Amino acid sequence: MSAEAHNHDHGHDAHEHHHKDTFITKYIFSIDHKMISKQYLITGIIMGVIGVGMSMLFRMQLAWPEESFKIFSFFLGERMAPGGVMNNETYLALVTIHGTIMVFFVLTAGLSGTFSNLLIPLQIGARDMASGFLNMVSYWLFFLSSVVMVISLFVESGPASAGWTIYPPLSALPQAISGSGTGMTLWLVSMAIFIASSLLGSLNYIVTVINLRTKGMSMTRLPLTIWAFFITAIIGVISFPVLLSAALMLIMDRSFGTSFFLSDIYIAGEVLHYQGGSPVLFEHLFWFLGHPEVYIVLLPALGITSEIIATNSRKPIFGYRAMIMSIIAIAFLSTIVWGHHMFISGMNPFLGSVFTFTTLLIAIPSAVKAFNYITTLWKGNLQLNPAMLFSIGLVSTFITGGLTGLILGDSTLDINVHDTYFVVAHFHLVMGISALYGMFAGIYHWFPRMFGRMLNKNLGYVHFWVTAVCAYGVFFPMHFIGMAGLPRRYYTNTNFPLFDELQNVNVIITTFALVGGAFQLVFLYNFFSSIFYGKRTVQNPWKSNTLEWTAPIEHIHGNWPGEIPEVHRWPYDYSKPGHDEDFVPQNVPMKEGEEVLHH
Amino acid sequence: MTTLLVLIVVVLLAVALWQLTKIFDLTQVGGNVNNTQIANDNDNKVNGYLMFGFLGFIYLTTIYCLLNYSKFPLIGDSASAHGPQIDNLMVITLVLIFFVQTVTQALLHYFAFKYRGKEGQKALYFADNNRLEFIWSIIPAIVLAGLILYGLYAWTNIMFVSEKDKEDAIVIELYAQQFKWEARYSGADDVLGKANVRYIDGANNLGVDLSDPNAQDDFTSSELHIPKGKRVIFKMRSQDVLHSAYMPHFRAQMNCVPGMVTQFSFIPTMTTAEMREKPAMVEKVARINAIRAKKSEALVASGQPALDPYTFDYLLLCNKICGASHYNMQMKVVVDTPEEYQAWLKENSPKTIVQAVKTAAAEAKAAEKPATSKDTTSAKGTDSTVVAQAETK
Repeated sequence: MSAEAHNHDHGHDAHEHHHKDTFITKYIFSIDHKMISKQYLITGIIMGVIGVGMSMLFRMQLAWPEESFKIFSFFLGERMAPGGVMNNETYLALVTIHGTIMVFFVLTAGLSGTFSNLLIPLQIGARDMASGFLNMVSYWLFFLSSVVMVISLFVESGPASAGWTIYPPLSALPQAISGSGTGMTLWLVSMAIFIASSLLGSLNYIVTVINLRTKGMSMTRLPLTIWAFFITAIIGVISFPVLLSAALMLIMDRSFGTSFFLSDIYIAGEVLHYQGGSPVLFEHLFWFLGHPEVYIVLLPALGITSEIIATNSRKPIFGYRAMIMSIIAIAFLSTIVWGHHMFISGMNPFLGSVFTFTTLLIAIPSAVKAFNYITTLWKGNLQLNPAMLFSIGLVSTFITGGLTGLILGDSTLDINVHDTYFVVAHFHLVMGISALYGMFAGIYHWFPRMFGRMLNKNLGYVHFWVTAVCAYGVFFPMHFIGMAGLPRRYYTNTNFPLFDELQNVNVIITTFALVGGAFQLVFLYNFFSSIFYGKRTVQNPWKSNTLEWTAPIEHIHGNWPGEIPEVHRWPYDYSKPGHDEDFVPQNVPMKEGEEVLHH
Repeated sequence: MTTLLVLIVVVLLAVALWQLTKIFDLTQVGGNVNNTQIANDNDNKVNGYLMFGFLGFIYLTTIYCLLNYSKFPLIGDSASAHGPQIDNLMVITLVLIFFVQTVTQALLHYFAFKYRGKEGQKALYFADNNRLEFIWSIIPAIVLAGLILYGLYAWTNIMFVSEKDKEDAIVIELYAQQFKWEARYSGADDVLGKANVRYIDGANNLGVDLSDPNAQDDFTSSELHIPKGKRVIFKMRSQDVLHSAYMPHFRAQMNCVPGMVTQFSFIPTMTTAEMREKPAMVEKVARINAIRAKKSEALVASGQPALDPYTFDYLLLCNKICGASHYNMQMKVVVDTPEEYQAWLKENSPKTIVQAVKTAAAEAKAAEKPATSKDTTSAKGTDSTVVAQAETK
């Protein structure tokens, strides 16, 4: 594009420089990163409703195991919940699909897909992704995989029910659980497509960040969001192919008689032919993705939080370089700690020692991040917008959930809390709730940039406070029932009088979960109504320094009419001495004699 | 009925909290007409105070849980020799966690309250400080070094059994299948016979190689008996899917993996009878029975049989998702005094697998004269999983 002297109040003129958009090329098969990010977000939200809704149902089952609920047969049908009583296989199917959807479809694609797509080109000053076409393919593969996953819920023999970790032989043998029939096949197909989508997306993000930064945007002037997305994409490219290969091998074992993961099995009255494979191999392959996946989910949330906390504190993020280093350190360590999921899997205990060591090391960069966030708040001028509240909430749950990692990461202590509710409490706080908060923070913060309108802040406040109270109400007591030895993935605990006294706690947890779940409707209402009726946004509502707020509110192809702004400074010059305003956008040239005051 | 009540509560809560929105709205009254949807001083004030309140909420939740739930965790009542090591480390780590949690949450929420935005307030431009970064990298590093060293020391002690200890130990096989446990004892020769799922046939449901001399006196039990004060090495097998043998009171857990033999070992230090008499356990059982009595009342009122009163027993639970009835895959564990254990062995050791197979064959023969059986011993696996005491890792 040439720098013509247009007066671009809104982007209508700019459209005329491009080919005409039809409805299909604009809204459906769009190659514009901003549209694709909205597609990711809305698909993610729909999947989120399904995933969270499932958790409400199985929480009710856990709190009142002997009751029948009309709501069960309404949502699950008579086959899965005859007479309103959830059956045991349905329970396992629900926890399996809940985990799969939340981890992959909401917090990987919904979070990374949305914000990497929206922010990478806008914050580094690029016209679009390196390949708009691949970006479109990536979204539609994600959409396809979502559709396949949703279809798998309706097959006759039930959806996959072997837990989201789909350990064989349970996931390989329909004789072992009926969900391992067609449901599991569709699960694997869906995940294979999902991984393809994720890889295309990640490669695109990496190439874009490396090649398409605007003039002056050196790597050390990148906003921390971009650093987080960039490193996330790299660990995605490293680890997702391993899960793909594990999925393919599992498909081979299931359908073509190979024995990668199976050996010496006697089931349903007959000996199967499998010989020489090992489920432990699958566990290694799965967690080689599975653990980095935790950080694929978490790092973008931390990146978003860094940006929002700095902007709303009106202060530079504290320790910019330390933040980058800790992102890199966490990413590196995340690829060599997968064995802490397998301390008692039967692998050599010596490996357990090694993985304990590497795992506990992650606490160091994590502590650095937490303290840097806290110091950023110190002596700030905090603008407590909903996005800021969710960011502070993230730091809080990240600390609470992260600390219990000291117990689970220690092989000795893991012996007795492995696979109990202690684990459930830990990872829901540290990656589930934290990443969800990061996603909400991002939505509240960049909604104006995506839709040109503002979200209602008061609804946002209610949404945050109720969610924050309920999240702790659900997961804090859960640690205690875990330490009492209550195993996860039990359909009911009534067969163990030993656990009778934990039942009250389960009722409390479920009550908080139901209230918290119900209040997500406030968010949904706010989100969808504000798209159409929200207050129109001003150019830079949060007085932010980053480049996305210099682009016109109305979305145009190529992001900026005329030339892309040039960058002259890092993104965190908030409240810099010597300036009248408390923010200095990146595209503002350094004043005469102005010094760089950060390292 | 409960459903209805809960739904009503949920709806009422929803209505009540919806009013919160109105309150947030009302805080705007008097200020300038502000419809930008960007936080103003009032919002900062309200939410700043709420942040401070939330710190109180976190502390209260913690205190509530500690007061009411601290009787739940399995700490301090272990029934195995290595248990106290795990419990000590757990207590140290928990204390550390509570300390860090209390301090950091206080700082986070207090700062969010203290530095809430005000018109005209200027933030401090404070971009970095290497000394601070150094401090909060090095302190966690030192603390972690301590935790790691203690952890690895305990782990090595627990997981690696010395040759000397092995000689002295009892070897018992834990056998998992959907959805039950069985224990196989080695009998008089102290050596477990070879086994593989390919030998499974009728009464020989654990797939023991009946031609193996060591297998002749092996016998099985659906209740796990172990003697107090003697090291027990568990060799674990599974015939179908992954299971996990979880014995929480002994701080013991290991997965059972089809195709391989896994191992865990511990020394029981308290018999079932002794455990039942511990004051903490007496209290716990009383609490549980109070709950069960209450439930029974309701059951009896609706014409169903009452629940049995609970007496404590050690348990082996399955703790790896293994199928539809995973939630009820358990086995009773009994820790006997050495004398009781010997008596139990004496009573049960004649019920060998070989004997059971013979009896089953005889019965089959009696049922239909032209018998075909007796080919069980000739079944050949291409590769048998060897379970032997001499096995080394």
